[in-house]
Amino acid sequence: MKMVKSTLAILTTAAVLGVSGFAHAGATLDAVKKKGFVQCGISDGLPGFSYAEAGGKYAGLDVDVCRAVAAAVFGDAEKVRYSPLTAKERFTALQSGEIDILSRNTTWTSSRDAGMGMNFIGVTYYDGVGFLVNKKLGVSSAKELDGATICIQAGTTTELNVSDYFRSNGMKYTPITYDRSDESAKSLEAGRCDVLTSDQSQLYAQRIKLANPDDYVVLPEVISKEPLGPAVRRGDDEWFAIAKWSLFAMIGAEELGVTSANVEEMAKNAKNPDVARLLGAEGNFGNDLKLPKDWAVKIVKQVGNYGEVFERNVGMGSALKIKRGLNAQWNNGGILYAPPVR
Amino acid sequence: MSKSIGTSGSLINDPRARAWAFQILAIVVVAALGWYLFNNTQTNLEHRGITSGFAFLEHSAGFGVSQSLIDYNESDSYGRLFLVGLANTLLVSILGIILATVLGFVIGIARLSPNWLVRKLSAIYIETFRNIPPLLQIFFWYFAVLRLVPGPRQSLSFFDALFLNNRGLYVPAPVSADGIVPFLVAVVLAVVASIILARWVKVRRDKTGRGFPLLLTSIVLLIALPGLAALIFGAPFHWTVPELKGFNFQGGWVVIPELFALLVALSVYTAAFIAETVRSGIQSVSHGQTEAANSLGLKPSRTLRMVIIPQSMRVIIPPLTSQYLNLTKNSSLAAGIGYPDMVSLFAGTVLNQTGQAIETIAITMSVYLVISLSISLLMNVYNKRMALRER
Repeated sequence: MKMVKSTLAILTTAAVLGVSGFAHAGATLDAVKKKGFVQCGISDGLPGFSYAEAGGKYAGLDVDVCRAVAAAVFGDAEKVRYSPLTAKERFTALQSGEIDILSRNTTWTSSRDAGMGMNFIGVTYYDGVGFLVNKKLGVSSAKELDGATICIQAGTTTELNVSDYFRSNGMKYTPITYDRSDESAKSLEAGRCDVLTSDQSQLYAQRIKLANPDDYVVLPEVISKEPLGPAVRRGDDEWFAIAKWSLFAMIGAEELGVTSANVEEMAKNAKNPDVARLLGAEGNFGNDLKLPKDWAVKIVKQVGNYGEVFERNVGMGSALKIKRGLNAQWNNGGILYAPPVR
Repeated sequence: MSKSIGTSGSLINDPRARAWAFQILAIVVVAALGWYLFNNTQTNLEHRGITSGFAFLEHSAGFGVSQSLIDYNESDSYGRLFLVGLANTLLVSILGIILATVLGFVIGIARLSPNWLVRKLSAIYIETFRNIPPLLQIFFWYFAVLRLVPGPRQSLSFFDALFLNNRGLYVPAPVSADGIVPFLVAVVLAVVASIILARWVKVRRDKTGRGFPLLLTSIVLLIALPGLAALIFGAPFHWTVPELKGFNFQGGWVVIPELFALLVALSVYTAAFIAETVRSGIQSVSHGQTEAANSLGLKPSRTLRMVIIPQSMRVIIPPLTSQYLNLTKNSSLAAGIGYPDMVSLFAGTVLNQTGQAIETIAITMSVYLVISLSISLLMNVYNKRMALRER
């Protein structure tokens, strides 16, 4: 059935590319406004990033990026519809116009940016590939994994990075690739593979889904750079800018100390000119983006600043308990840095 | 009168000219539509910055594969990876076709057995496996049955040479040694001798009616000649026995569980359909043929083998062909359990790494088309040979 789905997506891509004329700038925003919601491509279930909560509502870091875009465009973060996609389905879904934004822990690489008809809007999470193993194996370092059988998700940069790592260290491995992360996790538990490998954030998320999380340990090595970010279709600069600045607004708000609790208060009597410009109290910078004046206020009020979103979904306030690390603000030991609003 | 209309009237009134005109028009419209689609796709791909063309086939793939029948490593090209996927698809299809045929014939014949229990059991088999979707059956074998097998360190061992664990079935692999050439020559000689013998037996039987224990003689030949060669020139190969090293067994051949699950599921599923085809074929042969054979004093087993089956093949072959095609196409369900076939490897991972959906899907579809047409062609040739000939 998955096959049918991805084939359909590909055929639609072919049909859309074949029949539609040129996409002109602004087409996506017009279409989104007309249908009344943002169609957002997310993962097929990854705690902390995008997953269905008990009530059937989607939540997570990736989900919140889409909610921020909806808040900027409509002033209502709930005007989003979600398309859960496997790693293999995601790019065709974006290319074919099935979704307006792909927010699905996707690594930003040159070939994806330049050769696949998409534009990454920024980085939502700085990650790297790691290894999850059963404690029983007695392995304490990735260097001891020579000859191991490794479960990987098909169609990811992980497949390439693991291969690079083993080759450069002169080690051998057998890859078993599944379409869905659930299948990889099941295979790790059943012992079909010795190691589950993925971005480290995903490993923590996978681990809490296992029957006995305490039997498994994430090895210390991080073997690659995986800057994860959302992407939009190429050829529509206006939509690209809106998506990009929705993310920057969240990051910038944290730096300026604007939170969902104090944003309305700060918008009314902002003393700091930076805050005043971001929140639309001074100037009309939303206008350039074809957004209402208070676009950033809506984002922070309804979704939160980046720090709040991080803590709620993957940080200490969540089951994942991931430390900020690289994902802290630039003035706080991390590398998060948003360009100014002016 | 009518002739004068044809010559004096315009071409519009000439039915032949009109038919031609419409056909040419149809071809032009189809060709123009095709060109329009192609050109538009090309322009849009370029406009959106999506790479197109087949240059990617030469780029280095950079990822590993769990099962490869040909030499492959991560630095090989996507083109080579395509061959790996193709070989894996052909492997599971060919093995599946053989297994499904054997199983299907046995069950189909058992379905008509005079024994009540055998008849009912085969009916239950057919109705069960024919009516469950093949993807579910693959999941059943892979996620339910094979997960019960222990891990590498608790492997089930048979004679310390065969090992079964959840990573696969490990068997010793032959490695060629000094005596390999004489051994192979002896095998070829034995096969040739058997064929000549078979011809001679047939000629003699047609002339005199006397039989000859052909099968037994051939088996003796096939064992004795290579055996003799091995005795004189030394062993043709020695065996590398799998050993537990580190995480897994190393050395020997391995049947990975993904292959096993896919093969069993596809064979069992398709065999149910083949069994029904075989039953209907046998039932299509008039009962008079059985009675005639009985009255000639033929044993029931011989009646079945030499009278009923050859005649029923005419009815069996055409639907059998479509079952073979189904099995081959169903092998693309491999993606569900991570068996690296054409679809999961090439139309899946390669598509995703390169982003060239249209090219990879087009290549994959044409390959399935070629495989299916080849099977059809072979079966049609076979069908022609089995067809009723007027004498």
